[in-house]
Amino acid sequence: MTRSQRSNLIQWALFVAGLALVALVLGVTVRWGDLADRFFKWEDFTDQFPGIVTEAARNTLVYTAIGYLGGLVIGLVVALMRQSQVPPARVIASVYIEVFRALPALLTILIVGFGLPIAFGAENLPGFLAQPWGAGCLALALVAGAYLAETIRAGIEAVPRGQVEAARSLGMPTGVTMRSIVLPQAFRVILPPLTNELVLLLKDTSLLAVLGVAIGQRELTTWGRTISNAIGNYTPLIAAAVCYLVITLPLTFLARWVERRTQADRR
Amino acid sequence: MSGGATIDPGGSGAARPTVDIRGLCKSFGSNDVLKGVDFHVDQREVVVVLGPSGSGKSTLLRCVNLLETPDSGQVLIDGIDICDEDTDVNAVRRRIGMVFQQFNLFAHLSALDNVTIAQRKVLKRSAAEAREVARRNLERVGVGDKAGHFPAQLSGGQQQRVAIARALAMDPEIMLFDEATSALDPELVGDVLKVMRSLAEDGMTMMVVTHEIGFARNVADRVVFMADGVVVEEGPPAQVIDDPQHPRTRQFLRQVHDR
Repeated sequence: MTRSQRSNLIQWALFVAGLALVALVLGVTVRWGDLADRFFKWEDFTDQFPGIVTEAARNTLVYTAIGYLGGLVIGLVVALMRQSQVPPARVIASVYIEVFRALPALLTILIVGFGLPIAFGAENLPGFLAQPWGAGCLALALVAGAYLAETIRAGIEAVPRGQVEAARSLGMPTGVTMRSIVLPQAFRVILPPLTNELVLLLKDTSLLAVLGVAIGQRELTTWGRTISNAIGNYTPLIAAAVCYLVITLPLTFLARWVERRTQADRR
Repeated sequence: MSGGATIDPGGSGAARPTVDIRGLCKSFGSNDVLKGVDFHVDQREVVVVLGPSGSGKSTLLRCVNLLETPDSGQVLIDGIDICDEDTDVNAVRRRIGMVFQQFNLFAHLSALDNVTIAQRKVLKRSAAEAREVARRNLERVGVGDKAGHFPAQLSGGQQQRVAIARALAMDPEIMLFDEATSALDPELVGDVLKVMRSLAEDGMTMMVVTHEIGFARNVADRVVFMADGVVVEEGPPAQVIDDPQHPRTRQFLRQVHDR
């Protein structure tokens, strides 16, 4: 036996021994029967469909889309403000980024959710902002915007200076240079962190429940929690978990695929 | 050539130089890079600027299209002072083609799109016209078959020729070359120099910063030797390169030839 074969064998032996130990401890201590009854009851699982998809998953996606698109717009504006020639614009952008990254998202959602109708009067708020979930989405956009601003700024700074010089030397104004040359390249660089932000935001939509949601406005986590309470069985939580995985896993795989493709173009 | 922009109130015709630089000073922090440079390029003239690294030759060239802002002095393009606050810098730049040492092709665009984008966004040409002009210029520099390739799929020499086509597509009145062959593998330098030489033969006004002494000798109408932020010596290539008067020029040429 060679030395590398021996070391390989030892590692396998350690792994199997560790696994056996954990299985033994869990096998003896966990009450498997109760767990199966309360969390994995097949008929309670199938009962969740189609509602969990048509209401809960749909709402999760809608809240995520609104929060993310709003966050992208805010993030882009704030990232550009951070590089502004106007010093107060830079200060405001920095303060915004630091404040919203420092606060728990849950607290921001509570403040915006309760504050918005008081500040403007619920009857004056346009469309969905008058609803608790709409104000919550705005709060999510504000939080996401702070993180995305830093991500976008990093992307802009990753574009080599020569790209800007070439564009300027051809007579392109600053705005055209930013739109046509810098941003398209910046977004390719930051595609992985952008996807990461999207997944984080998707999970944070579960926090909107603190503002109180009506039937028809529940997202996945709230769906799982409320139905579990109603039927006295936790299987709906597992159904919600499955739905989250079905949404997020393809997303991360897709991002990795796009990333590989764009890099093949460039290198 | 954009006739409307070349205002000639004196009506004197060709006499005015395309680039006329007077008393140009530029420093980066405490480093004085240009210390009062007088320099000009006449219409249809090819001027090669030689000098050791750090002599300020690239900075001088970058001042011509305001990629660097001079501290003092004048930069006149066709008689218009481009340092004047009221001058539309973008309007000046679109008449000046520039080729960089590192090519600086737009990495996210194909060769064809690299050549069309400024025609579309700056000159407001139609898509069809921009494409037509782009194809003509890509053919002219010998990379017509690479139109669909991305910069990363091209060799350095091909990238640099696409970059030249990109500048030419704007119908510039003058072309600036900033060490255009310095980043190339030795066997690729010839292709780019050939394109530059053919441009010169077609009567393009050119300002060329380079280390290629052979190109200077064979193509330049005038050679300017710079050192330590000033013009040390200038004249026809036969004079400056083969019979340099100033000791600084002699020292530099000796070092280059010994390589």
